[in-house]
Amino acid sequence: MIADIAKGAAVLFVAAILQVTLLSQIDVFYGAPDLVLVTLVSVALLRGTIFGAAAGFGAGLVVDTATLQTLGVTSLLLTIAGYWIGRYGETTGRDRTHAPFVSVAVVTLLYSIGALILHYMLGDPASASRVLLDAFPFELIFNLILTLPVYALCRRLFRPPPTGLEEVQLLG
Amino acid sequence: MAGVLVLLSIALITIYFRESAGGGLHQVQSAGATVLRPFEVAADRVSRPFRDAYGYFAGLVHAKSENNRLRVENEQLRQQASQNAFAASENADLRKKLHFINSPQYPRGFGHVTASIISQAPSAFEQQVLIGAGSSSGIQVFDPVVTGEGLVGTVVRVAHNQSLVALLTDDTTSVSGVDVETGAKGVVKAGASFDHVGKDQKVKSGDLLVTAGWKAGGLASIYPRGIPIGRVTSVGQNEVDLYKHVQVQPFVNFETLSSLVVLFPPKTR
Repeated sequence: MIADIAKGAAVLFVAAILQVTLLSQIDVFYGAPDLVLVTLVSVALLRGTIFGAAAGFGAGLVVDTATLQTLGVTSLLLTIAGYWIGRYGETTGRDRTHAPFVSVAVVTLLYSIGALILHYMLGDPASASRVLLDAFPFELIFNLILTLPVYALCRRLFRPPPTGLEEVQLLG
Repeated sequence: MAGVLVLLSIALITIYFRESAGGGLHQVQSAGATVLRPFEVAADRVSRPFRDAYGYFAGLVHAKSENNRLRVENEQLRQQASQNAFAASENADLRKKLHFINSPQYPRGFGHVTASIISQAPSAFEQQVLIGAGSSSGIQVFDPVVTGEGLVGTVVRVAHNQSLVALLTDDTTSVSGVDVETGAKGVVKAGASFDHVGKDQKVKSGDLLVTAGWKAGGLASIYPRGIPIGRVTSVGQNEVDLYKHVQVQPFVNFETLSSLVVLFPPKTR
């Protein structure tokens, strides 16, 4: 468990730093890939609700701190995202091939809507048409492209937990 | 657990939002950003080559589209500049004509109509131009045609809205001229020579030639007196010929004509 926490923290920290320094500068019609979100979805799918929520909170704090944005905004959104995807993974999604892609697509949409609402509530200038019509399609495409390698990496780092139903080699 | 984190996030947002820029959470964030800075710098250095490569190719794509846009814009501006230059040239030309019409040089009693050239001489063999004014404007055959520089030629054919003008350089055009300096009289032919100038008359290179505008009984020259024709460029004579050989350079540049003034002789219309 401790090893998983360390690996999760390291992966999300690296993802957050890369997001802030590199990926946020890719701008195609206001859309940019969200590596932190994709990584969080992958980790949450593999490790469940608690891990997903905690990872989302931590990753959000790092992002908000590094970008000097309102502390807690990204944390709130990523905590909810991590929890929901973790729940999906714990129930039906984990072993399905399409689960990471569906999760990333749905979370990307909900995250955009959630961020829009939250920024609107905080009085920040937010254009719904820019976020949902201009940026969202490109962000979705970028995120889906990132999903395959990121999920494969996370799957190697976070082996599925033992279910107790492993095959037993019979001797003799 | 998740609920606690959500509440914690909301609490962070609330406190951060309500406190001043020097508040506790801001300071913590600032300290956190300072701690994260080396990692960001390291990531930035590692990723810079990739970012530069991306920027290079993105710049190429952008430059290509910008190049196409600028080409179109350049073409439009070139056309506009060409139209402006043409309008300026036409404006200057019309001003010269207006100046000529208002000047003492303008023949007294003559009326005028200004017309633009709609077709140049079709070949070097026909020194004629088609102008956009005809009998509907009062133009008749043999009306003299001038510009601010001097004599251009004569109207040789008239339609309702168009007229054909034989230029001074046309072989069929002959104009009675007079040397302003010496008073020598002759006939300017095809805009190139000043013929029928007796050997006893004085003509020298550089003299100014104008239309003679003669009258004899009921006949009169179709050209009013005093319209500049050209300048004498060379004078010669031999023992055999009756007249001097005088070469003339017309004042009007027939290559750049764009509009003309057709003069109406007095008391005819």
